[in-house]
Amino acid sequence: MTRKQRRLILIGGSLGVLAVAAALVLSALKDSIVFFNSPSDIAEKHIGPGTRIRIGGLVETGSLKRGDNLNISFKVTDGAHDIAVRYQGIVPDLFREGQGVVAEGKLEPDGSFVADTVLAKHDERYMPKEVVDALKKSGRWQEGANAAAPGAAAGGKTP
Amino acid sequence: MIPELGHYALVLALALGLIQAVAPLIGAWRRDEALMRLATSTALMQFGFVALSFAALTECYVTSDFSVATVYENSHSMMPLLYKFTSVWGNHEGSMLLWVLILSLFGASVAAFGNNLPATLKANVLAVQSWIACSFYLFILLTSNPFLRLARPPFEGRDLNPILQDIGLAVHPPLLYLGYVGFSIAFSFAIAALIEGRIDAAWARWVRPWTLAAWMFLTVGIAMGSYWAYYELGWGGFWFWDPVENASLMPWLAGTALLHSAVVMEKRNALKVWTLLLAILAFSLSLIGTFLVRSGVLTSVHTFASDPTRGIFILVILVVFIGGGLTLFAWRAPLLKQGGLFAPISREGALVFNNLFLTTACLTVFVGTLYPLALEALSGEKISVGAPFFNLTFAPLFIPLLFAMPFGPLLAWKRGDIPGVAQRLMAAFGVGIVAVAVTFAAAGAGSVLAPFGIGLALYVMAGALTDLVERIGLFRAPLATSAKRAAGMPRSVWGTAVAHFGMAVTLLGIVCASTWGEERIVALKPTQVVSLAGYDLTFDGMAQRSGPNFRELAAKFTVRSGGGVIGVMDPSKRSFASRNSSTTEAALMSRGVSQLYLSLGDVNDDGSVAIRVYFKPLVLLIWLGAVVMMLGGALSLSDRRLRVGAPKPAAKSTKSTLQPAE
Repeated sequence: MTRKQRRLILIGGSLGVLAVAAALVLSALKDSIVFFNSPSDIAEKHIGPGTRIRIGGLVETGSLKRGDNLNISFKVTDGAHDIAVRYQGIVPDLFREGQGVVAEGKLEPDGSFVADTVLAKHDERYMPKEVVDALKKSGRWQEGANAAAPGAAAGGKTP
Repeated sequence: MIPELGHYALVLALALGLIQAVAPLIGAWRRDEALMRLATSTALMQFGFVALSFAALTECYVTSDFSVATVYENSHSMMPLLYKFTSVWGNHEGSMLLWVLILSLFGASVAAFGNNLPATLKANVLAVQSWIACSFYLFILLTSNPFLRLARPPFEGRDLNPILQDIGLAVHPPLLYLGYVGFSIAFSFAIAALIEGRIDAAWARWVRPWTLAAWMFLTVGIAMGSYWAYYELGWGGFWFWDPVENASLMPWLAGTALLHSAVVMEKRNALKVWTLLLAILAFSLSLIGTFLVRSGVLTSVHTFASDPTRGIFILVILVVFIGGGLTLFAWRAPLLKQGGLFAPISREGALVFNNLFLTTACLTVFVGTLYPLALEALSGEKISVGAPFFNLTFAPLFIPLLFAMPFGPLLAWKRGDIPGVAQRLMAAFGVGIVAVAVTFAAAGAGSVLAPFGIGLALYVMAGALTDLVERIGLFRAPLATSAKRAAGMPRSVWGTAVAHFGMAVTLLGIVCASTWGEERIVALKPTQVVSLAGYDLTFDGMAQRSGPNFRELAAKFTVRSGGGVIGVMDPSKRSFASRNSSTTEAALMSRGVSQLYLSLGDVNDDGSVAIRVYFKPLVLLIWLGAVVMMLGGALSLSDRRLRVGAPKPAAKSTKSTLQPAE
């Protein structure tokens, strides 16, 4: 085998693997990514039922209802709009009314949202970034007024 | 007084670091022995001062000196002593101090143990190492001073984030940092080689032990983090493809590739430029990992800081070192003497195959991790890329890699023989095929992929053993001869087999736990029973307990199997008054290497409690596999070849460095 042939095999092989990887990445990006929407986005964008999305906002105070078989329902609001969410299962430790929440699932034809995942916050002062942005967009976010504001806690840290 | 001492020690370390960043370079350039030797003493002293600084901060935590801002923020006088220690690095400032402590430790190790290095190379390596150290000293001193005092010291601290009050956290960050920062040595060696414009097989021999050590720590560090997430976050998952996890996986993949390509360079004097590039990339990915985790770009349990100046500072460090490293590479690498090309079917060919797939897999993780950030910055769209993406991209790239894994060590250098190797792997193929058939028969049509996963894992295990059996001639030569050969075999051969075996053990655990795991989520009242996987769990009742800095509501479950009581599980929910927050402490019961996993949800008004119970078959293998991999690394590290200093080629290069550079 000549030097040229060896080099050709090496380069060809590498390009082949890279091409396969690129194809895999592109097809996976098309099918498996999940978009984040605030309740206002959902009101504006007309997202079709059955599409997997993430929603986020605050759990509306007074909206949390617990049913049988670990069924719960609550409303997620960004101040401007809200959306009814149903979930079956155990919610994270820091899931509370008035606190930020991110849920993943699908929209129903009636406009409500069925979540299969409710994401945890790790800290009482930490607010999911998506939620902060959604609240900022709807004008409900006041820097410094909210204890959850990044950098508002003493010493400029949110551990 | 103590905090000021710590602060001052860090400033002194910076001053020493600045000297070390310049003087040895001039020394190496002008062949000034004294200037070059200076680096050794400054590196050792730097470590001394950083250690002093770290000890001072630890002292503040242990004595609960709440006049120091970080101690007030992250500690509590009632916290157990162990967590007072671990909370030193359970926050942004302290963890950066730990980072520079480890960085200076590695620098000092090169200074202390690198006596067989050519003088100029050692001087250049230590200088580059000091550039990195200085930038992080500056980062700490200018943006994240852990010794900042509060004007009016409070009486009580705000406690460490409860989720971090755990023994897993005590060991996870130091191990991970030992891995991340360990790659800085490979980086410094690569930059030093580029500065000198010369690189040879001996270079690979010096770099390999450091890379190996870093890789070992990173392997267990990642496994430790995964186990911690498994039992502490209460969802029973062991890997979430969270960006923060990916941040540690990427350097691991690049580091694993570097380990393998360094072998080719050492043995065959080929792949030089590629190995240099990998050394730069492995540390660059470590820096990117630090940036992602520390800058507040991502929000997660690891995000301590969301101060934008810090993010920008780390970004600058990132751009200078990665950009500078790659620019130097682009400029100087073409000047390096190229190694030879080689036949595709050979040991070195197999190692190139390994590198190709590892780096490509690393690239897909990189895309999956950074694409959401890039998209949000460009279009404002927020997306999340989760497990489905990585299952579709990472897994297909890892399967051929694992399939080829047993081939590599069996192929000869220079010219290999695939049919011959396949013949020797017949037994391993047999084991794999039987495993697939048996699993299919036993598991039914439930899962198609899982039997192949099991088959692949057992085939890789058998392949690793085949390598050993073939080398010592077991079953063919008399037993005594085999034993003698086994004793005389280089440790690195044992290391390869053990590490590859460990990889397969992890794979087996992942496949079993994620395919045949059982899960029940129910609400139970006292005396009610939940059954799964042949275990009956009776809910006996709840009780309040109190710990040093928390109160907990613990449930008691009696576990029965086949009629007999086999134990009690007591998952709990802890509430921490100081932080007004709570954690869920899952209860685990190991049955061999499988586990029962029980975690509590909410207590309902009617007295019932929501629980999640899982049966995770063979789940412990996931982490045991990582430990086995680390043992493989340790065996390889103890190889004579790496310990005994400079044989011939090195001696030659020492001489050549005394000649003037180009």
